[in-house]
Amino acid sequence: MLSSARRWRPVAALVSLVTVIPLSVILAALAVPDGAVWAHLQNHLLPELLRNTFWLVLGVGSGVLLVGMPLAWLTALYEFPGRRFFNWALMLPLAMPAYVMAFSQLGLFDFTGPLQSWLRAATGDSSWVPSLRSTGGVALVMTLAFYPYVYLLARNAFASMGRRALEVGQSFGLSRVKGFWHVALPMARPWIIGGVTLALMETLADFGTVAIFNYDTFTSAIYKAWFSLFSLPAAKQLASLLVLMVFVLVWLEQRARGRRAYTQTGRAAPLPRLRLTGWQRWAATLWAGLVLLLAFVLPFGQLLWWAWQLAAEEFNADLLGYALRSVALSLMAAVAVAVVALALAYAQRRDPHPATRLLAKLATLGYAVPGTVLAVGVFVPVAWLDNLLLGWFGGALGPDVTAIFKGTLLVMLLAYVARFLAVGHSAIDSAMGRITRSQEEAARNLGYAGWGLLRHVHLPLLKGSLFTAVLMVFVDVMKEMPITLMTRPFDWDTLAVRVFSFTTEGQWEHAALPAVAIVLAGLVPVILLSRQKDHA
Amino acid sequence: MKKQLMFAAVLAAFAGSAMAEEIVVYSARAEQLVKPLVEAYKKETGVDVKLVSDKEGPLMERMRAEGSNSPADILLTVDAGNLWQASKMGLLKPVSSKVLEANIPAHLRDPKNEWFGLSIRARTLFYNTQKVQPAQLSSYEDLADPKWKGKLCLRTSKKVYNQSLVAMLLSEHGPVKTEKIVRGWVDNLATDVFADDTKMLEAIAAGQCEVGLANTYYYGRLMNKNPNLPVGIFWANQKGKGTHVNISGAGVAKYAKNERGAVRFIEWLSSDKAQNLFADVDMEFPVNPKVKPDPKVAAWGSFKHNLINVSNAGARQAEAVMLMDRVGYK
Repeated sequence: MLSSARRWRPVAALVSLVTVIPLSVILAALAVPDGAVWAHLQNHLLPELLRNTFWLVLGVGSGVLLVGMPLAWLTALYEFPGRRFFNWALMLPLAMPAYVMAFSQLGLFDFTGPLQSWLRAATGDSSWVPSLRSTGGVALVMTLAFYPYVYLLARNAFASMGRRALEVGQSFGLSRVKGFWHVALPMARPWIIGGVTLALMETLADFGTVAIFNYDTFTSAIYKAWFSLFSLPAAKQLASLLVLMVFVLVWLEQRARGRRAYTQTGRAAPLPRLRLTGWQRWAATLWAGLVLLLAFVLPFGQLLWWAWQLAAEEFNADLLGYALRSVALSLMAAVAVAVVALALAYAQRRDPHPATRLLAKLATLGYAVPGTVLAVGVFVPVAWLDNLLLGWFGGALGPDVTAIFKGTLLVMLLAYVARFLAVGHSAIDSAMGRITRSQEEAARNLGYAGWGLLRHVHLPLLKGSLFTAVLMVFVDVMKEMPITLMTRPFDWDTLAVRVFSFTTEGQWEHAALPAVAIVLAGLVPVILLSRQKDHA
Repeated sequence: MKKQLMFAAVLAAFAGSAMAEEIVVYSARAEQLVKPLVEAYKKETGVDVKLVSDKEGPLMERMRAEGSNSPADILLTVDAGNLWQASKMGLLKPVSSKVLEANIPAHLRDPKNEWFGLSIRARTLFYNTQKVQPAQLSSYEDLADPKWKGKLCLRTSKKVYNQSLVAMLLSEHGPVKTEKIVRGWVDNLATDVFADDTKMLEAIAAGQCEVGLANTYYYGRLMNKNPNLPVGIFWANQKGKGTHVNISGAGVAKYAKNERGAVRFIEWLSSDKAQNLFADVDMEFPVNPKVKPDPKVAAWGSFKHNLINVSNAGARQAEAVMLMDRVGYK
């Protein structure tokens, strides 16, 4: 028994290497500090950066909770006008990259945007409007971009067990509101915290959004040290600190999830949704509508408007090529991540040793590392390996061959796995936790073991969350930019690369069309995601 | 040995094989600004120019990691500072070319001939024509004067264009005076600094502020879209050393696989026929003095360049960034 469990530890170790190697490349910089640059950062930037990062994490963390959780609760358990629509529509912001959301929102609400321009035309003054380019503004925009993680995971949890738990609560005489606080919330905690953690990891890794707002966080300092002060060592040191912070975050998540095993006993008939009445029903509709308006309708409308104005010069056959490559790449990456995440979650299940758990945590840290830094972390060892192989066999290959693995899809997929494993793992691991030991025992008694056990017991039960993982990673890869730029094969330009080539010149309006295409391509999986959850 | 050969064959299949003459360009210049040139060159010579687009930092890191196996023949950037840095990192090699020396003025190329400017990007003053008379304007230094308090708009100091400008001020005035100037700018700001030049120019047009600094081609693009905006261009420091210019330029990679092809391509880019294509696609100024700028660009009037070598932008960039951090220019 023990030996069969132990067999899974190497699997976890192998998987974690995909992330651990790039992270080591980054962490190795701690050994060669850049004293001058470091002193400058410490004296003039770090205090403010830490303060800014702290407020942003606090703001986005509480923001996604306050927006995502009540909406999840409402759509999962109540009936109100438009619920069926909001049920999936509230997922839509997930399809829009956060940096796109940011420039779109600034386009709408900054001093030169239509709202304030209109106010000035009408009243002669718009100076009283609070500036979106502020701590609150960044936190708000990121909240709107990232709340779907909490919404999706929490609604999933509420819908599948909240009702049953509430039945139990009701039999003890608890009202629905009390049932929420005393039964459903504690039970859904791992999913809610998982969603918040994903949102916060994205917040910490984000560069695009904070750059558009010129809001200095830890990530901005990393880029400043690297691109402006030309000190990659200092940049990597900052990145190492960031990784440490994230490790603390992930550890806290683990603590908050607690030691309880969240398992589910059989299926019960779903509780009918409670029909809201009077002002409550319209308040629910209004709240959901307001969130959807701010988080999707307005920014997407702005994008469409820009794209429409330039459609004549930008819309061409190339766009289809970019879109096809984006979709193909995202699909491959999504499947790769799901498979690896499954292997990791299963290894944890078979071998619940702390070492395996640690390996799993390490493997998911890539999500919180700024993309460009991780891209370098991936590229450096691959280039090293290529140089080594070319040194051995280069003579036979001729002088024109400069790459073996560099610029291949294989490396690109590995890089995506390093980046997005957290997303896939979060979905699959939570579901793995719901498979009971007794279910496994029963299967064992029937003679299933090893792969058979995985295939006949776990896979059927995990089908839903595997699909969730694939869809979530798909949407994320569609939006990904720095890794795609650094590792893509020649001529493999995608929609995100297209967006990059315009935004690098500040041509946001031109970037709108490929951005719209990213959103549209993301709509299908996002809608599938919400549908799929209904039957979970 | 046999085994080695077999393995090599497998690797070769993985890596793909070489074809007709090609040049690989690692480009930090936006793809849509380079593609027309690549296509024109292919039409004229049949040479395939492959583009790898990314930001300067990752591209240079990539070249460093690849070492002698880098496929890059050319590094193309949108500023001198990064080329200077690439040269310092040992990523480029010197080129001796009579053509380049003849086509490109000395202050717009590397004194060691490792990189060459291919278009000029001028950074100057812009003002709201309803609130400011051109006579009130004079220089970068003047924007630190308290008379502009609450009226100045700037782009973030994180953008290399501002870092280069301050680096040039450092070369001209030294650290003490430059710090005073930049501190003056920060004191005069009307609102938080902007993330890009276009937004900054729009803020001037909307009256959020009255003066600001931007690269001219952003102004060109904006006015193309909306010719009625009340924004005017003013050539800075004409009574002093001249307006600050930067370059978009290129250098040959140290481990270029097609060095001769790379040099020929850069020479072609500096030639009469390619210069208009290079500069006009983005409303920049040609480096080649024999070539006239786009009529729309020419309409802004001719101006005196600051003739100090653009490599100073790189040499003093880190110093400039630290200075801006010290005075709170974000």
